[in-house]
Amino acid sequence: MSDVTMRGWRRADGRKGIRNYVAVAYLVECAHHVVKEIAWPYREQGAHVIGFPGCYPNAYALKMMQRLCTHPNVGAVLLVSLGCEGFNKKLLERTIRENGRPVELLAIQENGGTRATIDKGRAWIEARLKELSQQPTEPMGVSELVVGTICGGSDATSGLTANPAMGRAFDFLVQEKAAAIFEETGELIGMEGWMAERAVTPELGRELKACVAKAARYYETLGYPSFAPGNADGGLTTIEEKSLGAYAKSGASPISGIIKPGDIPPRGGLYLLDVVPDGEVRFGFPNISDNAEIAELIACGSHVILFSTGRGSVVGSALAPVIKVCANPRTYARMADDMDVNAGRILEGQADLDTVGREIFDLIKRVGAGEMTRSEGLGHQEFILTYKSFEPIGPACLPAVA
Amino acid sequence: MASSDHTTDPRLLILAPGDNIAVARLEIPADMELQVAGRKVRLQRALGFGHKIAVRDIAAGEKIVKYGAPIGRATADIALGDYVHNHNVASDYMPNTVVVEAAP
Repeated sequence: MSDVTMRGWRRADGRKGIRNYVAVAYLVECAHHVVKEIAWPYREQGAHVIGFPGCYPNAYALKMMQRLCTHPNVGAVLLVSLGCEGFNKKLLERTIRENGRPVELLAIQENGGTRATIDKGRAWIEARLKELSQQPTEPMGVSELVVGTICGGSDATSGLTANPAMGRAFDFLVQEKAAAIFEETGELIGMEGWMAERAVTPELGRELKACVAKAARYYETLGYPSFAPGNADGGLTTIEEKSLGAYAKSGASPISGIIKPGDIPPRGGLYLLDVVPDGEVRFGFPNISDNAEIAELIACGSHVILFSTGRGSVVGSALAPVIKVCANPRTYARMADDMDVNAGRILEGQADLDTVGREIFDLIKRVGAGEMTRSEGLGHQEFILTYKSFEPIGPACLPAVA
Repeated sequence: MASSDHTTDPRLLILAPGDNIAVARLEIPADMELQVAGRKVRLQRALGFGHKIAVRDIAAGEKIVKYGAPIGRATADIALGDYVHNHNVASDYMPNTVVVEAAP
């Protein structure tokens, strides 16, 4: 069952995609409706809607859009602008073109308004879908994969079953030289000392601690409690114990580096994605919902996202398949149709962590060979991107390989 | 350390070898007699799902280890079979422990 051959579409930058989607992007909220209308008839054939709602330009959002539009799962991009927004659409268009993807930029104001732009956009997509369906695939190895992990709708079972099982899957991926990305620095408070010992260099260890300290400061400023009475009711005694549950997603491999949204891991290994903005607190919460983090993991090149849930999240994502690992056996019984893996079996004594970890790893390969995840099959293509600001990563964050 | 001496009730889950606590897979009522690491223990109080019990004697000041990672330290001597929560464990990270009467 481990002998599945993944197939990928090779892109100009050498990376391979496990899907061949057309991204349809709005460059301001004012173009969102037109984009939705353009993509709707083709939503099951691979047209995925992404975009940025703000009218004011933002360097982070531009970088995110550049990375998403040149993601290996994307074969062509239609950009839709109202015409007067602040987004640097020419630069985005050029980035996509230079990356060897077909790209079209339609400004609604210059194309006769809503109806005419929808018609033009649909004609463009139909032609691209025809081309993309002819493109050949190549065999793809596990070492060419980038996999991200996130938890959402967590409960007391998440840290006991799904998160550590995903950690095992991460270990299997790293052993085969894939790149694996974990995040949520705000939920690693109290684990940073422990985590720093896993860093490949002492300098990186210091950066990991600084990263979590930044998250702690940020959340404190926002008045967001790290440890609530409800956590204690659920049996969690300390902030370390709570963080441990989320930290378990990272598995046991050495930590190779820290990246920020839109940074692509330079090679295989385990990476921490620092999602908390730099500088003074601006623009509110670092990530307002799970899909904001998923979009960041995808912008870092993730082909597949592992999503652990206890209470039962249903989301998927635009551009990359989401594998849902359900931590709670009762939730699984209620929502089996939304879940790819039942990690709650561990609580019932029917499976151990290694078994479920291996099951997740095998499923990643099958999804890489074309199998649809539950959320893909149900049509989930959530996407959200908002304002943020980041400084580039420092030299200690990505130590060179010895 | 013969393993036959270390039988633990299947309602308890020891997450990683070397852990000094186990968590309840489901709610276990008070006064229940349980096998913990080969010894018979009577539960002083109901053990809620996900709540912790010591699987060996833990001296005050020792680390509490769950999934192989330290989650705080014992503030009192804890005997095998004792309930482990914020009455006998403190965070090494936050100076103040949250004082909440934990639900069973």
